[in-house]
Amino acid sequence: MTDARQGLSGLLDTEAIRKDFPLLDRTVHDGKKIVYLDSAATSQKPRQVLDALNTYYERHNANVHRGVYTVAEEATALYEGARDKVAAFINAPSRDEVIFTKNASESLNLVANMLGWADEPYRVDRETEIVTTEMEHHSNIVPWQLLAQRTGAKLKWFGITDDGRLDLSNIDEIITEKTKIVSFTLVSNILGTVNPVERIIRRAQQVGALVCIDASQAAPHMVLDVQALQADFVAFTGHKMVGPTGIGVLWGRQELLEDLPPFLGGGEMIETVSMHSSTYAPAPHKFEAGTPPIAQAVGLGAAVDYLSAIGMEKIHQHEKAITEYAVQRLLEVPDLRIIGPATAEDRGAAISFTLGDIHPHDVGQVLDEQGIAVRVGHHCARPVCLRYGIPATTRASFYLYSTPAEVDALVDGLEHVRNFFG
Amino acid sequence: MKLDSMYQEVILDHYKHPHGRGLRDGDAEVHHVNPTCGDEITLRVKYDGETVADVSYDGQGCSISQASASVLNELLVGKELSQARRIQDAFLELMQSKGQLEPDEAMEEVLEDAVAFAGVSKYPARVKCALLSWMAWKDATAKALSEGKTA
Repeated sequence: MTDARQGLSGLLDTEAIRKDFPLLDRTVHDGKKIVYLDSAATSQKPRQVLDALNTYYERHNANVHRGVYTVAEEATALYEGARDKVAAFINAPSRDEVIFTKNASESLNLVANMLGWADEPYRVDRETEIVTTEMEHHSNIVPWQLLAQRTGAKLKWFGITDDGRLDLSNIDEIITEKTKIVSFTLVSNILGTVNPVERIIRRAQQVGALVCIDASQAAPHMVLDVQALQADFVAFTGHKMVGPTGIGVLWGRQELLEDLPPFLGGGEMIETVSMHSSTYAPAPHKFEAGTPPIAQAVGLGAAVDYLSAIGMEKIHQHEKAITEYAVQRLLEVPDLRIIGPATAEDRGAAISFTLGDIHPHDVGQVLDEQGIAVRVGHHCARPVCLRYGIPATTRASFYLYSTPAEVDALVDGLEHVRNFFG
Repeated sequence: MKLDSMYQEVILDHYKHPHGRGLRDGDAEVHHVNPTCGDEITLRVKYDGETVADVSYDGQGCSISQASASVLNELLVGKELSQARRIQDAFLELMQSKGQLEPDEAMEEVLEDAVAFAGVSKYPARVKCALLSWMAWKDATAKALSEGKTA
């Protein structure tokens, strides 16, 4: 154990927490205990969430908002109960502002399509501009490219500085009177950067543009308060916050959700239907066509309960300590270059790096042989790799169950990688 | 160690000392990418009648994709197109074998150094790396043929 590790403060009782996560107990490659450092891609799931899914299917499974029989009422109560839990978790002023989707990508695509089909004053057309950043996950770039191509609007973006921060030096030229929507990530999935929300929102509000925040890498790791953020839309996904796959969230301000048109049409999103025309249900149902991901929403509700019981502020402090330690230890590895902020200041628990000229694929393969799971590639953020002139990175990401010993295992593993290709 | 079945000495040698790397004059050029990992290759083919006169390439990628391009160059340059296609087919078969195919003598004769990639076929995520240059070669050849550069 190194001295730095002894001095770490703010750590959670990971010994207890890890008992809740069955997968963390498994072994790979002839008995090596798994060291899971890919929570930014997806988190592992605690037994409490797995049990909630099982209990739902075994005891309460029925379609929602339809039947009058007991089990159907229970399914509806559980599904809508999950909405209440999520609303409380993000401090939404109203539960009706929480729309369930299948993931953050769908949430962001939903916003882009609402605006593409909207009437004035929200309408995005050839006279208007869309703003995003070079730091985004592809899910917050491609929907806006599609919207720009289809409407003739102009797509603009903020660049990135050498040390992995958003370059806001030209903010007044990027966000202008023509800007209709500014969409950016709260925490970068590749660089780990926590972005200065307030400054961007202040400028967007000056010109009357809407603001959409991708909180996929924030919701699992810190207190997320949509009222404090002052954005118009906030998107995130369940599977990165100990919930199941197949469930995402879009929060939107109520008056916007009332004004904006639906995107997907179908069952459940209507009020009345005739062969000539239809009227729509109020939000959030207006944006939830078809049978929703019921079990997954219930699972997300259990995930929110799990995280809240530990406390988001405590989880944040734990990750901050682990990240500080990891940055420090990684910088000891020869030829290792951190892509993104090289300090723990305003950064999340995902750390990308290159290791000499050893390709990340090869780094990841040799780490895997030692039971260490990291992500390699461009992390669905290829513009960032282009920006730094690298083909890909290796990314280690941490969560509430990560330990300093796992950071040490990674550092030892990288030494082994260097020897293997040395 | 299991890793050694993937990172055979032959593969690491090709990775560290690639054959025929760099772009030269060609009849057709293609650019292929592996969208999951960002590996890229630009590859040119040159034909002299029915003979593969040159395969030149440049790009970035992991040891497997780089070594595979080097082996391709070594194996295909100087061969008749029909023979080059047999080699490509055999390599494809090997890479799609999920580690189930034990290369026999006949296969070793066709694939030479490329049999070293048998171990890679056990790793689904890496098969695409090994095939990147071979798919690029196939595509470039089709392009050269359709443009009537070869007989």
